[in-house]
Amino acid sequence: MINVSIVGASGYGGGELLRLLLGHPQAAVKQATSRSHLGEYLYQVHPNLRKRTQLKFCDPAQLEPVDVLFLALPHGEAQKKIAGFAGLAGKIIDLSADFRLKDMALYEKWYGAPHAAPEWPARFVYGLPELHRAEMAGASYISGVGCNATASNLALLPLVKAGLIDPVSPVIVEIKVGSSESGAEGNAGSHHAERANVIRTFSAFGHRHTAEVIQEMGLSHVSLTMTAVDLVRGVLATAHAQVKPGVTTKDLWKAYRAAASENPFIRVVKEQRGIYRAPEPKVLAGSNYADIGFELDESSGHVVSLCAIDNLMKGAAGSAVQCLNLVMGWDEMTGLDFPGLHPL
Amino acid sequence: MNTVVCPECEAEITLEASTEVGEIIVCPDCGVDLEITALNPAACQLAPMEQEDWGE
Repeated sequence: MINVSIVGASGYGGGELLRLLLGHPQAAVKQATSRSHLGEYLYQVHPNLRKRTQLKFCDPAQLEPVDVLFLALPHGEAQKKIAGFAGLAGKIIDLSADFRLKDMALYEKWYGAPHAAPEWPARFVYGLPELHRAEMAGASYISGVGCNATASNLALLPLVKAGLIDPVSPVIVEIKVGSSESGAEGNAGSHHAERANVIRTFSAFGHRHTAEVIQEMGLSHVSLTMTAVDLVRGVLATAHAQVKPGVTTKDLWKAYRAAASENPFIRVVKEQRGIYRAPEPKVLAGSNYADIGFELDESSGHVVSLCAIDNLMKGAAGSAVQCLNLVMGWDEMTGLDFPGLHPL
Repeated sequence: MNTVVCPECEAEITLEASTEVGEIIVCPDCGVDLEITALNPAACQLAPMEQEDWGE
């Protein structure tokens, strides 16, 4: 059993981390910090945790040494304090965007400011086990993953890994997202009267998560278009690409089946019966699974690749706990066996 | 153990010992109906499936 603490535990990502870690058979939650909810019981912010813990939010200044420290701070905060956090724990798993990008010029381009601790990102393993599993064994520092980047990267993973698409051809990823992506802090756009019932394209080009797809997939010409839909949890990435000449549907089946075989949380959904014939985020709420699927127009070579995830799980806290399992040498599915709900 | 390969997605499907020629099985990967056409060696072909109308 190890001790873990969570810094910035009052947000949605922190709440999911708490839910997962409080039920994890190998981890004990020691402290959870929040300045804005100092002294409150965790369940007063995360009501699903009532009767699961009597912990209260504490001040970050009260943090004590632990085995693993999770950081769930707003973007830009962890990089300012990373040296201090590293003094409290030998292992850090961050959920923010602060340590995802390795190229500091790419970071500055996409985040609009220089990194406050440019020597640190290179020490972090990018936190998507499906891409960096081998590097995680025994690693000290794991970065977060962008939820939209994760859906995009997993949609593209079978195609890129098997070399089925030309890496210099344009790749367009249409992404539909739920409201929890924007975090626990409200704004004018998240006001119920404005957010309910929307199909709102809020970023046609230039979403920051694009940089993670460029970095991790090695694609030079990729763009993400973001559309908010009337969901609380969930991301559906629909990637459009061009396969190399001669690639067939059966080649794609082999590539997708291999991805599912190599990764316990990836499932292929390409059904010819029933209602759920393609990946859908709806049935993944609360689950760490990523459902992938595809369709190929063999006459034109146009492939549509899909990935559905729960943005707070595979796109954030679930992947972070999966990383914890790998870092510690445990079964990577430990504490992550919830399959989702149906109906929902 | 008798196996067939799905002609749609190339999944390898292990047949139950009681499988008979003419029986319709479901591919566990892609969900198509398959008709068993022979057992020694085992073979199958796509069986007609009812198409759903999704508003087209």
